[in-house]
Amino acid sequence: MKLGWRLAGTWLGAAIVGIAAFCAIFAPLLVPHDPFAQDIPNRLQVPFWMDGANPDHLLGTDQLGRDYLARLILGCRISMLIGVTVSIVSGLIGITLGVLGGFMGGKVDDAVLFAITTRLSIPVVLVALAVVGLLGSSMILLLLTLSLLLWDRFAVVARSTTMQVRRLDFVDAAWCAGCSRFRILTREILPNIASHLVVVATLEAALAILLEATLSFLGLGVPPPLPSWGLMIAEAKDYMFFSPWVIVIPGVALFVLVLGINLLGDGLRDFFGARARSEP
Amino acid sequence: MLRFLVRRLIVALLVAMTVMVLAFVLTRLSGDLAISIAGPSATQADVDAVRKAYGLDRPLVVQFFDWMGQALTGHLGESFFFKEPVSQLIGERMSVTLTLGLTGLVIALALSIPLGIVAAVNENTALDRVVQLVALLGQAMPSFWLALLLMIVFGLRLGWLPISGTDSWESYIMPGVVLAFSAVPALTRLTRAGMIQAIAADYIRTARAKGLSRTSILLKHALRNAAIPVVAVAAVQLGFMLGGSIVIEQVFALHGVGFLAWESIQKNDFPVVQSVVLVLAVIYVALTMLADILNAVLDPRLRGA
Repeated sequence: MKLGWRLAGTWLGAAIVGIAAFCAIFAPLLVPHDPFAQDIPNRLQVPFWMDGANPDHLLGTDQLGRDYLARLILGCRISMLIGVTVSIVSGLIGITLGVLGGFMGGKVDDAVLFAITTRLSIPVVLVALAVVGLLGSSMILLLLTLSLLLWDRFAVVARSTTMQVRRLDFVDAAWCAGCSRFRILTREILPNIASHLVVVATLEAALAILLEATLSFLGLGVPPPLPSWGLMIAEAKDYMFFSPWVIVIPGVALFVLVLGINLLGDGLRDFFGARARSEP
Repeated sequence: MLRFLVRRLIVALLVAMTVMVLAFVLTRLSGDLAISIAGPSATQADVDAVRKAYGLDRPLVVQFFDWMGQALTGHLGESFFFKEPVSQLIGERMSVTLTLGLTGLVIALALSIPLGIVAAVNENTALDRVVQLVALLGQAMPSFWLALLLMIVFGLRLGWLPISGTDSWESYIMPGVVLAFSAVPALTRLTRAGMIQAIAADYIRTARAKGLSRTSILLKHALRNAAIPVVAVAAVQLGFMLGGSIVIEQVFALHGVGFLAWESIQKNDFPVVQSVVLVLAVIYVALTMLADILNAVLDPRLRGA
C-alpha cells in the first residue's frame, strides 16, 4: 500500500515530464497553427469544453487571436529549456564549489561556506528582475542570471555528501594506491554523490521554471512575442474577470509540469535511498 | 557563548559588505547610467550635466565608498525619480511589506504546525499521505497565478475581499495567504519530521508511563522539542518572504518596498534598487543570525560551530 502510493506518484511524475519533454522537442511538428499568427476577428475564442467553441482551436485563442494550444506547446519548450539549462549550469557552479569545499576543508571550505551564506542572503526575484530590467530581456541573459542565482542547493548538498564520502575506506584505498587528487575527486567521490545531485537537479529545474514564469509575468523575463507560460498569464490578465480560462490554461500547465518534476524528484530520492540501504 | 556571538557577528558583517559590493556592481551593469537617466531625447550636453549632477563622473571606487560611508550613517543616497532620500522612501513603505510578511508567516505557521502534527501522529496512514500531498501541491503552485485565481473567486465572484490596495486589514488577507503558501510545504515537512523524532524519544515514553493524557504529551512535551528547528526556519522563511513579496505586492498593488523596487527597476532609479537589495539582504542576515543565536541558546551543543 505504502509503496504503491509512492510508486504511482513517481510514475505520474515521470509521465508528465516525459510528455513535456516530447512536446518540447517536437514542438514545431506538434503545433496545430502558427503560434505567432494573429487573427483579430477571431480573438478570445473559448476552449473546447465551453459552448460555442471552435473545433479548429481546441484551447481557444488569445487576445490577439493566436491559437492557445500552439502557444502552450511552444511555451512548454521554453519552460523545459530553462529548467534543463539552468540546472546544468547552476549544477556545474554549485557542485564545483561544494565538492571543493567538502574535499579540501580548512580555508577553502570557509570560503565556500561564505559564498553560500552570501548567496542565500541575496533576494533572488529582486536581483533577477533588476538584472533583466537594466540589461534588457533576452533568453541568454535570463538563463545566465538564473544559473548564477540558483547554485546554492547544489553546493550545500555536494559539500555535505563529499564530507561523508571523503572519510570512507575506498577513498583511503585510492590514496594509498597513489591516485592523484583529481582522480580521486572525479573517479571516487563524484560517482558516489551523483545520486543526491540528480535529486537536487530536479528540484532546481522546477524552481527555475517557476522563477522564469514569475519574471516573465512581471514583464522582465522572456521577451514577447515568445509564448512563455508566465507571459501568457500576464498578457491574459486584463481579460481574466470575463474569461477566466485565459489564465487557467497556462497556469494549470505550469502547475502540472512543476508538480510532475517534483514527484519525479521525490521518487528518485526514495529509489536511491532504498538502494543505498539494501547495499551491504 | 560570547566567542560564538562575535564570530557570528563578524560573518554577518562580511556578508553584508559583500552584498553591498554586488548590489553596487549590479546597478552599474547597464553601462552608462547618465545616458539612461537623461532619456532618449537628451543631447550630449544634457548627458554631461546629468553625469556631473549625480556624481557619476567620479571613479567607480570613489562612488562606491561614498555610498558605503553614507550607508553606515543610515543615508542611502537620493532617488533620481522621487527626488527624496532613499532611506525615507524605504522607511515609508517598509510597514506595508512587514505587515504582509508577518501576516504571511502567521498564516503559514497556523497551517503548517497543525498539519505537521496530524501527519506525524498518523505516520504512514492515508491522512499522512494527504498532508504530504498538500505540501507537494503547495510547492508546485506559482504564487502569482494563485493570487489571480483568488482575486477571481473571492474578489469578483464572491465579492468577499478587496482585490487591491491597503485600505483595510482585509486587504492583507489574500496577499498573506498567497505569501504563506510558499512557506507552508517546508514548515509542514519540518514539523512532521521533528514530531516523529520527538514522539519516538524516551521522555515521551516516560510521560506516557506516568499516565499523562495524549493531548498533553503531544502539545506540552513533543511539540516543544519539535518547535526549535521550526522557529529557526520560520525566521529564515520570513526573510525569504520579504524578498519574495515583490511579486505579490505588484499583483495586489500593495505599495510596499517590493513595489518600490519594481517601479525603480523600470525607471532606472538605481540608488533605490541597490538600496532595496541591500536592506532586504541585511534583514535576512539579521534574521538568520537571530535564528542561530536562538538555536544556540536552546541547544548548547551547537555553540561550538
